[in-house]
Amino acid sequence: MKTLRLILTQNLGLILAVVLFVALYSIYVALHPNWGLNVVLQNGNETLALIFVGMAQTMAVLVGGLDLSVGPLMTLTNCFGSHVMAGTGGSVVAGVVACLALGSACGCLNGCIIVYGRIQPIIATLATGAIYIGLALLLRPTPGGAIDGDLAWAFTNDINELGMTYGWWGDLGLFGKIPAQPIFLALVVVLVWAPFKRSATGRGAYAIGSNAHAAYMSGVRIDRSKIAAFTLAGFFAACAGVYLTMQMGSGNADAPQAAEYTLRSIATVVIGGTSLYGGSGGVIGTIFGALVLRSISFIFRVVPGDSTFGFVASPLLQPFFEGLILLFAVSLGAARVFRVRNRLSLFT
Amino acid sequence: MEDGAMAAEPAYLEMRGISKNYGGVHALTDVDFAARRGSIHAVLGENGAGKSTLIKIVSGVVAPTRGTMSLDGAPATFGSPLEANAAGIVCIFQELSLMPDLSVADNISITDPPRNRLGLIDTRAQRRRAEELLARVGCEDIDPRERLKNLPLSRRQMVEIAKALGRNPKLLILDEATSALTSADVKKVYSILHALREEGLCLLYISHRMHEIEELADTASVFRNGRHIATFAKGAHSDDEIVQMMIGRDWSNVFPKKPERTAAPEPALEVSNLNWAPTLKRLSLSVGKGEIVGIGGLDGQGQRELLLALFGVLRGVSGSIKVNGAPVAIGSPAAAKRPENAIALIPEDRKTEGLLLPMSVAENITIAALPWLTKGLVIDRSAEAEKIREMVARMQIKVGDLDAPVATLSGGNQQKVVIAKWLLTGARIILLNDPTRGIDVGTKQEIYQLLRSLAAEGAAILFYTTDYDELIGCCDRVLILYDGAIVRELAGTEITETNIVASSLNLPGEGAAA
Repeated sequence: MKTLRLILTQNLGLILAVVLFVALYSIYVALHPNWGLNVVLQNGNETLALIFVGMAQTMAVLVGGLDLSVGPLMTLTNCFGSHVMAGTGGSVVAGVVACLALGSACGCLNGCIIVYGRIQPIIATLATGAIYIGLALLLRPTPGGAIDGDLAWAFTNDINELGMTYGWWGDLGLFGKIPAQPIFLALVVVLVWAPFKRSATGRGAYAIGSNAHAAYMSGVRIDRSKIAAFTLAGFFAACAGVYLTMQMGSGNADAPQAAEYTLRSIATVVIGGTSLYGGSGGVIGTIFGALVLRSISFIFRVVPGDSTFGFVASPLLQPFFEGLILLFAVSLGAARVFRVRNRLSLFT
Repeated sequence: MEDGAMAAEPAYLEMRGISKNYGGVHALTDVDFAARRGSIHAVLGENGAGKSTLIKIVSGVVAPTRGTMSLDGAPATFGSPLEANAAGIVCIFQELSLMPDLSVADNISITDPPRNRLGLIDTRAQRRRAEELLARVGCEDIDPRERLKNLPLSRRQMVEIAKALGRNPKLLILDEATSALTSADVKKVYSILHALREEGLCLLYISHRMHEIEELADTASVFRNGRHIATFAKGAHSDDEIVQMMIGRDWSNVFPKKPERTAAPEPALEVSNLNWAPTLKRLSLSVGKGEIVGIGGLDGQGQRELLLALFGVLRGVSGSIKVNGAPVAIGSPAAAKRPENAIALIPEDRKTEGLLLPMSVAENITIAALPWLTKGLVIDRSAEAEKIREMVARMQIKVGDLDAPVATLSGGNQQKVVIAKWLLTGARIILLNDPTRGIDVGTKQEIYQLLRSLAAEGAAILFYTTDYDELIGCCDRVLILYDGAIVRELAGTEITETNIVASSLNLPGEGAAA
C-alpha cells in the first residue's frame, strides 16, 4: 500500500501524461474510419523523431537548463546522414554510427561551452544551434541525396518487413505486423537511458537540477554530470536525425522544421512531467508527452468536417488546441505556488 | 591554557597561522588550532567570530589566504569538498547539503552509491544501506524511497546526519546540526556522537546552545573577531567566563547621544501574538514614535522573518498588527508602503533585495516612490530630479554621475541609496535588517546619526543588527529573540554586552536571577 502510494505520488506527471495520451488516442481510434496496425505504423513514423528530440531536451531540462540546439542538431545529422548512409551493407552501419558520434560530439561541445565558458545553456545553445543549422546548409544547400532504399524501407516498417528485406527472418505472422519503431525506442531507452539514470553521473545530473549548491557541497562531480547530460542530449538528437533520414530517404536543411522541433520538444518535456526547474522527471514522461502532442494532430485529421464539431476541428485551430493542452499541463506543475509561504521564494 | 591530557596525545587536525581575507575583510587572522582523536571539540564564538570560515577551510570549501593545515601529521590542502571528503573529512552544514527532488536513499549515497557488476547503481543495496544508516540514527520510520522534500525539516536533518555517517568520517564537523531537531532526536544524536567519540573519531561541534556544549564537549575553543582566543578542557571555565571571552572588543564612542525619556512614547507599531510556523512563536512587541528598538539574538532566531512578516512578504502569518492604533492587514510590500501604513524595510542584502544594480543611481532612488511622482500616466521628470537632488544632499551620497549604474558606488554609498529610496516614500515606520554589514566605519556613523535624527522627527524604528555595539549604542530598548520568541527585553542601563550575549544564549543575565 505504502509502495503504491509512493509510486503514485512520485510519478504524478508521468501518470497524467499517460492518461492524457490514452484518452486522446482513444478518441482518435474511435473516430478513425478504418484504424489498424498499418495506421499505428504511420503514427509511429510521424512521432518517433519528435520523441527522440524531446528526450534530448529532457536531458538539458533535468540539469536546470534549456537546449535550443536539439532541433538544429537533428537537422544536421539528417543532412550528414544523407551523405554517409548512402552506401549499402557495412558502410551504412558505419554511417549510422558516424551520425550518432557526430550528434554526441556536438552535444559534448554544448556541454563544454556551458560548463567551462560559464554560459547559460539557453544562450550557449542558441548560438551553437545556429552554427549547426549553418553546417547543415553547407552539407545540403538544397534538399537531396538518396540513402539506400532497402534501409529506408526496412527500418520504417513493421517487424516482418525488417526481417524479410535483409533475409534475417521470414513471415512471423501477427507478431510480425507490429511496427518496429517501439522496438527501436525501447532499445535506446534500455541501452542508453536506463544505464545513465542508474550511474553515479546520471544521479549527479538529477542532483544538479535539484540543488546545485548542495550537490557541490556533497562532493558531486558537477562538471562531469553536466557535460554528460548535454552529450546525451546530442546523442538523442542524432537518433532523431538518423530516423528522419531513413524516413525521408534524403537530407534537407530545413531551418523552420528544426525550430519547430525545438519548441515542440520543450512542450513534450513539460507535458511529460519533467520539472522545468530541473531535478525531477525523466525521458519516459517525455515519450508520452510527445505522444500526447502528436495525438492531438492525428485527431484533427479524422474529425468529419460535416459533423457538429467540424468547425472546431479545422486544421487551422490545431496550434490553438495544442496550446491549451500545454497550458493545462504547465498549470498543474505550477500548483506549488499556492503552498509558498515566503513570497521571496517565488523569485528564486 | 593547554590541558595536560591534550599535550600528551598528538593532534589529528592541526592548523598553523591560518588567515583568510575576503577582499579587505579579515575573517580569520593567524589562527592556530588543533583537535585530537576521540574528542568532541566545541567551537564557540559570537556571530562573525570566524567559526564558519574555519570549518569552510577544514572542509575544503574555501582555501586559506595564508597558513598550513595537517591531518594526522601529514600536510593537507583541499581544492574542493570532494578532496576533503576523500581524506575523511565530513561536514554537516547548517544549511543542509541535500537534494530535495531525490529520494532519501539517493541522497544518502549521493557520491558513492553501491554498484552492481555492470557498474550501475544497485538500488536495492542502496536502499538497504539507507535503512541501516537511518536505523543507526534511530529513524527507522523514514522510508528511504520517499522524496526528501516531502519530509519535515527535523527529519531532513536526521537524513543529513545519516548521510554523513555513511561516508565513514575520520573527522566529523557539525555546524549547528541540531538546530531544527526535536528533543527526542537530539538525545539520539548525542548518543551517536558519544559512540563515535569512543570509536576514536575527531568531532568538531559548533553550536550556539551552551547547555549542548556542556553535555557533549570535552574540549572547547573560543573565537573572537577572527582570532583564536583560548582552548581549554570542559569545566575549566564557568559559563560567565566563557561569555566574557566571547565578548571583549574595544569599541569607540561613535554613537549619537540617546535622548532622555520622561514618558512612554505614543506607540506607532503594535504587534501581538505574531505566529508564522515554525519560525515565529506568539511574538508581541511595540515600537513608539521617536523610538529606536533593537532586535538582538543569535543569527537565525526568527529576526529576519519577523521583519518580513511585518512588511507583508510572508504568507500565513497570524496575529494582529496595529499602525498608529488602527488594525491593519499588510499583504505585500506595496501595501506596506502605502501612506496609511508608511512602512519601509531596509533589507539585509542590498545587492539582491535592495538595489537594481544595473540601473542608475537616480532610478534606484525614486523606484519606490514613483506612485507619488507620477502625473497622469507619466513620471514627472522635473519633480523626480528635484527629489533626487534633495536626497543626494541629505544623505551625502558621494556620486559623480547620477545616471551611472548604482553598482559602481562603494558599499557605504549603495546603502545610503537604499535608505534614500525608502525615505522618499515618507516612511514613518522603518524596519532595518542588519543595514551596516560590510560597510565602512564612517558611513556606519552617518547611518547612526541619521537614524537618531529620523527618530527625533517622530519615526518609529525597528533595528535588527548582528553587531552588539549597535544594539548598545543606538537603541532605546533591545528585544532579544531566541527560537522565534522574545526572551528578554532590555532597556536603559540594562543594555550591556554581557546581558545581550547571555540572553542570546538563553542564559539568565546579570541581575536577572528572578
